[in-house]
Amino acid sequence: MLTLSCPYCGVQCDETELAAGGEAHLKRYGPESSPEEFESYLFVRENPKGVHLERWRHAHGCGKWFHAARCTMTLEVFGTYPAQTLAPPQELVEKILAKRPGWTWREFGQSDMEGAQA
Amino acid sequence: MRRFSAFAIAREAARYHTGWERHWRSPEPKKKYDVIIVGAGGHGLATAWHLGKHYGITNVAIIEKGWLGGGNTGRNTTIIRSNYLQDPSAAIYEKSRSLYETMSQDLNYNVMFSPRGVIMLAQTHHEVRGYKRTAHANALQGVTTEWIEPARVKELCPIMNIDGPRYPVLGGLWQARGGTARHDAVAWGYARACSDMGMDIIQKCEVTNVRTEAGRVVGVDTTKGAIDCDKLGMVVAGHASHLAEMAGFRLPMESVALQALVSEPIKPCMDIVVMANTVHGYLSQSDKGEMVIGGGTDGFNNYTQRGSFHHVEETVRALNETFPILSRLKMLRQWGGIVDVTGDRSPILSKTPVEGVFVNCGWGTGGFKAIPGSGFAMAELMAKGASPLTDEFSMYRFREGKFIDESVAAGVAH
Ligand SMILES: Cc1cc2nc3c(=O)[nH]c(=O)nc-3n(C[C@H](O)[C@H](O)[C@H](O)COP(=O)(O)OP(=O)(O)OC[C@H]3O[C@@H](n4cnc5c(N)ncnc54)[C@H](O)[C@@H]3O)c2cc1C
Ligand SMILES: [Zn+2]
Repeated sequence: MLTLSCPYCGVQCDETELAAGGEAHLKRYGPESSPEEFESYLFVRENPKGVHLERWRHAHGCGKWFHAARCTMTLEVFGTYPAQTLAPPQELVEKILAKRPGWTWREFGQSDMEGAQA
Repeated sequence: MRRFSAFAIAREAARYHTGWERHWRSPEPKKKYDVIIVGAGGHGLATAWHLGKHYGITNVAIIEKGWLGGGNTGRNTTIIRSNYLQDPSAAIYEKSRSLYETMSQDLNYNVMFSPRGVIMLAQTHHEVRGYKRTAHANALQGVTTEWIEPARVKELCPIMNIDGPRYPVLGGLWQARGGTARHDAVAWGYARACSDMGMDIIQKCEVTNVRTEAGRVVGVDTTKGAIDCDKLGMVVAGHASHLAEMAGFRLPMESVALQALVSEPIKPCMDIVVMANTVHGYLSQSDKGEMVIGGGTDGFNNYTQRGSFHHVEETVRALNETFPILSRLKMLRQWGGIVDVTGDRSPILSKTPVEGVFVNCGWGTGGFKAIPGSGFAMAELMAKGASPLTDEFSMYRFREGKFIDESVAAGVAH
């Protein structure tokens, strides 16, 4: 059973009280965007074998959305963080990189992540 | 290859079964092939076989990281049907179902195709409307299906409780020529026939990189070294995103675990296949007597080939209401497979941004039934560059908004 800790209410939730929301940090394209941009937002997914940044909702709890970093091969959870951000916190990124050297995420590379946090 | 026949059984019986041959060779890879297929599941093997049979392309390697048929092809609940809603789906799934009818003869291998009939239960009013609509669509497509009332459902499957109260049976979509086949035999039959045509099936060999030059594929790197090719078919189900990444493109797809389980064997009590989509449960009885149960998919993408336990509980709890007979059975085995789910729940059979690379994936929770049809169509696509059966299944349809939306009709369906 997958368990994640909700960064808002602090509860250690098991997966039956959570609703999975899919890949996190998607760029949400709007009107005037190209078909390729809409495709990347709506359908194309990273789907990595490895660490995945994703959205969850504490559905049977505080009801809030949050983010998690989870390995899709082992289900190891590297951490959770609030949803009001464009990238994971730097310390979480470092924790992932310490165990999975060379890990990258979608189009934003390492420096973008630092930038978004600053 | 020595053919299987009634005579062969008699001959071998008379000489203590000393004359049976190995079904396929296990060669070391050559330096170069005309075509490399990655993935020796049903779809990969069927693609290779049709390339040889219809297009004379036999300088082919099928590369498999584990053992052939060890992916989803050996993990599914073997339901075969073609009662889909959309025309492009009906075309390829019905082609496939019809090829199952003659597969044992075509491959000289008993795949135990058993057209015992499949009911998709309607347990909500929404499903009643949905399946009636599918029955009408199937009539126009030339796929023989029929809407049946609850009394007929009960007649076809007496062990079913149709009165509810939680999940009453309101009718069903009946396809009399749907059924099951032995999944391992499908993989083994194709493998034996491919090997016989001179193709190399290379097991325990993982593709780790796709090599390209000027936007064209030139070969792959594997755990058994580099192998060159002119054309590459990626037929790796849940691992398709990973292979695509090696070739430098992304797919509109996510991989999730889907589970199945079987009970202890009991006397024959059910001679059809029943699918209950409302509760995500699927049931048939194997020839050994085990009740074969398919469950739901995990809610989150993963590659664990295991699945979350609570799905087993939910599936079994709900099925118990409709099949009270199940409540006293012990479950013997549970397993999972990594299925490849696209945005419209339809497969991708397509050219890709890399010239010479073709992809066949996205069969998700329901591609066992599609193995021969998919192989037939994919071989045409790879040999000729286009196929009427694959045109609509291009990976670019998501960009163009030309979805083949089967999620309404089928939800999670096997
Ligand atoms: C529990 C369960 C129940 C199901 N029930 C049904 C059903 O009732 N009816 C139905 O029609 N369908 C069903 N399905 C779906 C069906 O099993 C699949 O759609 C189908 O088997 C896919 O076949 P395939 O050949 O594409 O993939 P697979 O059989 O998974 O073959 C892909 C192969 O590629 C190999 N591979 C992956 N990566 C690499 C690499 N890098 N290098 C080399 N090889 C690689 C894998 O090892 C694997 O053997 C079910 C699936 C599951 C999991
Ligand atoms: Zn919470």
